[in-house]
Amino acid sequence: MIVPFGHVLLLAGLLFLMGIFCVVARRSLIMILLGDEIMLNAASISLVGAALRWQHLEGQALVLFIFAIAAAEVSVGLALIVWAYRQTGNVDPENYNILR
Amino acid sequence: MSIYSIIFYILAAFILVTTGLAISRRNLVHAVVYLIFSFFGSAMLFYLFGAPFLAALEVIIYAGAIMVLFLFIIIMLKVETVDERLFPLSQWLPAAFFGLVYIILWAVLIIMDPNSKINLTNARAEPGLFGQYIFERHWLSIEIVSILLLIALIGSLIIGRRSRKASAEKISEGEQ
Repeated sequence: MIVPFGHVLLLAGLLFLMGIFCVVARRSLIMILLGDEIMLNAASISLVGAALRWQHLEGQALVLFIFAIAAAEVSVGLALIVWAYRQTGNVDPENYNILR
Repeated sequence: MSIYSIIFYILAAFILVTTGLAISRRNLVHAVVYLIFSFFGSAMLFYLFGAPFLAALEVIIYAGAIMVLFLFIIIMLKVETVDERLFPLSQWLPAAFFGLVYIILWAVLIIMDPNSKINLTNARAEPGLFGQYIFERHWLSIEIVSILLLIALIGSLIIGRRSRKASAEKISEGEQ
């Protein structure tokens, strides 16, 4: 009635790919965290699609926990970025090579 | 092709375009604003898939809280745009090749899977029903996740505070 399930998976996979590209290729800690968010969002899209496919609430329940994990991860990650920025003065990950 | 499938394809194209724009912007503020649009598209997709509660949560948590947090940090840090240069060709060519192999395999897997030919049918999980399900089946996970959020709050507070104390010590040492 709506769409084949495979198209939802294709959309989620393409989004996940964009997130991976953002994490690997961008040289800014903030963009790396944004890529993380894109990947988590892609996972939630595929889970909600699966919940609709099998007419079961389990997928949606898992998405709720993904939201909580994403919020926790972003708060700690941004605090770490602020800490690293105060140590080195910029957000380029190439400068974080001193273990001290 | 019903109206729902047309809405799905429009939303999919919208999400992909805004995300692609977001990951390719040099200006971080532009990237964050494009990503907010992408998350709005995802929220509408959740609503189409019969998850109105998750759609509301997506707007509130992702677009409302997380992205605004990113904006605050970008404004606070006064980030100058890092000069983005790609890795040398010899480094990223093998990575691109293997990535391409995996993408082709993944697309073939999805297309060959008999599950993916089944059309989705309309359904809707009412928020009340969903909440009942969550608290009947997953009450322990809810408690664990709330403790995790509390720990994340305390951890980010400590990380922020300790560095401020260190910089204050530095400043006072400089004064002495």
